[in-house]
Amino acid sequence: MDIEELTERATELVRSGTLSYDQKLRRLATLATEVLAYPDISDACAAALDKRVVCDMFEGHAPFTPRYVLPDYELAVRQGLEHLEMPAPTTLDDALAFLQVMYTHVPSVTTYPVYLGDLDKVLAPFVDDDLSDDELDVKLRRFWVGIDRMLPDAFVHVDLGPHDSRITRSILRVERSLRQAVPNITLKVDPDVTPDDLIEDAVRTVFETGKPHFVNHPMMVGDHGERYAAVSCYNSLKIGGGAHTLVRLNLKEVALLHAGTADEFLADVLPHYVELTAELAEARVRSLVEQQRFFETHWLAAEGLIDLDRFSAMFGIFGLAECTNLLMAYDELDRDGEARYGHDADANALAVRIVERVAELVADRPMPYCEGGGGRSYLHSQSGIDLDAAVTAGTRIPVGDEPPLLDHIAACAPHHHLFASGVSDIFHVDETATRNPEALVDIVRGAFASGMRDFTFNLDDNEFVRITGYLVRKSDLEAIAADGAVRHASDHLAAGSENAFHLTQRAVKRVGCHERDPR
Amino acid sequence: MSATPADIDQDVEDRGAPRAVTGYVADTISFSNVDGPGNRFVVFMQGCNFDCVACHNPQTIPGHEPLEGYHPQHLLVDQLLDDIRRAAPFIRGVTASGGEATQQSEFLRALFTAIKNDPDLARLTCFVDSNGATARSVWDRLAPVTDGAMIDLKCFDGDIHREMTGQPNDLVLASIEHLAGLGLLHETRLLLLAGVNDDDELLLRTAEWLAAVDPEMRIKLIRFRSHGARPQTPPLVEPTHEALVHAADVLRSVAPFEICTV
Repeated sequence: MDIEELTERATELVRSGTLSYDQKLRRLATLATEVLAYPDISDACAAALDKRVVCDMFEGHAPFTPRYVLPDYELAVRQGLEHLEMPAPTTLDDALAFLQVMYTHVPSVTTYPVYLGDLDKVLAPFVDDDLSDDELDVKLRRFWVGIDRMLPDAFVHVDLGPHDSRITRSILRVERSLRQAVPNITLKVDPDVTPDDLIEDAVRTVFETGKPHFVNHPMMVGDHGERYAAVSCYNSLKIGGGAHTLVRLNLKEVALLHAGTADEFLADVLPHYVELTAELAEARVRSLVEQQRFFETHWLAAEGLIDLDRFSAMFGIFGLAECTNLLMAYDELDRDGEARYGHDADANALAVRIVERVAELVADRPMPYCEGGGGRSYLHSQSGIDLDAAVTAGTRIPVGDEPPLLDHIAACAPHHHLFASGVSDIFHVDETATRNPEALVDIVRGAFASGMRDFTFNLDDNEFVRITGYLVRKSDLEAIAADGAVRHASDHLAAGSENAFHLTQRAVKRVGCHERDPR
Repeated sequence: MSATPADIDQDVEDRGAPRAVTGYVADTISFSNVDGPGNRFVVFMQGCNFDCVACHNPQTIPGHEPLEGYHPQHLLVDQLLDDIRRAAPFIRGVTASGGEATQQSEFLRALFTAIKNDPDLARLTCFVDSNGATARSVWDRLAPVTDGAMIDLKCFDGDIHREMTGQPNDLVLASIEHLAGLGLLHETRLLLLAGVNDDDELLLRTAEWLAAVDPEMRIKLIRFRSHGARPQTPPLVEPTHEALVHAADVLRSVAPFEICTV
């Protein structure tokens, strides 16, 4: 970037009428790293990046924090924080204050923490029978308001489950009464452990706030062990670890660069671009670990609350729907668009072949400093950013083209097991479900029995809209449309997606999520 | 209710292969959250013995089938079981609706029996959504393989019932009493039409009769919606939301019913 462009973009930022003071500050910091040299990559990789066939999520030129950091909060409240001079808390009030302080010091590419802990477990040592449910609600309610006001970003994420607990129930009650966009919530569901009435309580919370997200606990444990969490916009990673970076491959663009059969695509073209994506990831990981020396310099690592060996990189793919449909057309099997992803058994089978091929290639590509993933990147179905136009998020079926729910699940479930770091499909339900929450409990159980890894319900007519995967309030979107400033950093991202997709006008709201736009 | 599903199946076997019974089916949906408890697979049977002015599926009434683009099918039990099996992980049960499902009660009995006897499907509950105009003997034959019934009471007043449906309501009332006695009455549904069956005096009489059957009965109060119904002269009127809430209050003043409003 030359000084002229830097000046122009910085001027635009500082003079913005719709960004808050904090939002300006954070964006100026990102802008500054773009002055620095990009990590060493080949010309082919740079060209693919330039055309956004591969994408670095606009994390800046010199990564100085991992993208997703999952501190071990259970350990933190046991041993205290030396760097912050916070002794281990002994009461619930102390623990909540301790966490609130700690959250503001957890790094991420947004500057807001993407993970606040599995709070049912983190807080369990501080809640005993002497504390009534009403008292617990009052304390957690105050804590919850603090989170939303101090960490105003919809990627801030709390995990609960799979076991039932008083804390879990209290958090769901507080959620329903406050109806805040922040924090996002995931409920871990283990069919053998999580009771129906906890899932039903969660479903009732979905009706109020669009949260929680549901994850298949046994499948996650199989990939990450017991100590994992879903964070940010549904990225499942190891607690005490995280992801250095997220790079993603636009499968639609790769298919457009190809002119032969599906078999040739899988044999030649796809491996080439998977390697370019991996090259980009490796360059960014090395820059973070070797040049900026994050793990040697950050107190979370020094105090054992994160461990480099529990980190990996995330390898995202998106545009599977368009890729599949293009390849069906190249093979002249598309029946004028009728045989397409989500609607045709052959197309669905091809989609699975594509994902299986990517998974195989990613599993064959060693990555440095990625012991969390056994020396490999985690595969991720990446759910989009607000610049994505005419390409479908992750491995989803295009917005508005989803078949009935049973067919939808049948199309998507076969590849869910391959995405260790998350998929986040979204199921649209209408308001009749609110009178029969048991019906959604049945669907949660069925989806996991069918091999789904994770998903979210989006309720029509809800004040909360899942624009890309993260939540915003309709009223906040309308405020941006009226050119006003809003409180949540993520609302601006949503406004971009809303403009690009007219998502709230559609029958079904689904796209993706992201933490940062390029400006 | 001494017969077990296996006995019934044997009974039906004796009378000829049960799965060879065909049903005349208007449509099926894999997932429904408005046809009984939880998520359910619903079979809409073609044909009805009522001709309700407010019907939302008039194409299921003989003589009202659309001339084009409407194709009810004759299906074997096994053909339906394939679809049910696919939905099974996601559903709590199966509901036979319509049309009037009990018009094809032998098919229902064969279908429900097959579900109860299939190890993969036996956990599913089998419900009937009915207008209630069915003989007691039909319910007795269905009872061993049926887990619950939802009965529409279009109107407690016989004359108004006849105006609304073309038929008297004596069988409907008898079905409600009989099913409650069998422990199979899941819910009674009252459809409210503004100016037709929603005045307080009629609602009180209805409530008193229902309370005598079961004072804690689950009642679904449904506000008529014109969408999908045939135009009438004079036009049918949708009750206001306030009228629906008021009707629920009137019912509640009589007995501690479990009331939900739609």
